[in-house]
Amino acid sequence: MVTDEDKVFKALADASRRQLLDKLRKKNGLTLGELCADHAMSRQAVTKHLVLLEAANLVVTVKQGREKLHYLNPVPINEIYMCWIGQFEQKRLQALHNLKQSLKENDHEQ
Amino acid sequence: MSNDYIYTTYIKTTAEKVWAAITNPEFTRQYWGHDNVSDWKVGSTWQHVTSEGQARIVGQVLESVPPNRLVLSWANPANPTDESRVTFEIDTIEDMVRMNVMHGNFKAGSSMAEAVAKGWPRVLSSMKTFLETGKALDTWAGHDSDCAK
Repeated sequence: MVTDEDKVFKALADASRRQLLDKLRKKNGLTLGELCADHAMSRQAVTKHLVLLEAANLVVTVKQGREKLHYLNPVPINEIYMCWIGQFEQKRLQALHNLKQSLKENDHEQ
Repeated sequence: MSNDYIYTTYIKTTAEKVWAAITNPEFTRQYWGHDNVSDWKVGSTWQHVTSEGQARIVGQVLESVPPNRLVLSWANPANPTDESRVTFEIDTIEDMVRMNVMHGNFKAGSSMAEAVAKGWPRVLSSMKTFLETGKALDTWAGHDSDCAK
């Protein structure tokens, strides 16, 4: 079924697919051509990844004329977040995340 | 058409119940934190308002086709010119409902876009849990039930 959590985890278990989601997070509503631009992957490979991301409901498409626009849908990830992270851990996790980010940034500066 | 965000969720329920979950303040206050108040007729105003009567979001009903389609204008009452547009599409697919929420038509430099990008995924997850379990939960609270299905 479309809401299957397994599909979300499987779709996320691939760096190329996460890169495509990152692209949409930065700029939503991209066409297939725009998603393929400056990507090492072939158009066919990107299309295959998008089919999986759509099946997991992580990407939603809208037809506009002859083009199909791709939108990031973070709702399934949020459901996972609400299940296993919840409200109490959030502050501590955010603090850890911030620490990790600042350490990473320091790394880049050196 | 210009939509900057599209959110989709599949809910085991009926289109009528999703419509009620959006338009009935008795329901919205249970999973969305506050009341959605309007007569939901085209041209009427609507507001997302706290129990103390403080409006958080205000707008107009632009289209209303119960239980399948609702289009609202959307603005912070403190900054009414920063107006955007929300479309709810509610479609029955076999024994489920697919709800699309599209939020777009943001004004250039709108501060609303970032806020709604954070808000909608939580509202949709919360609505799904509310409709599927019938349990009232705070918008920002987690589940009590087992998550692995």
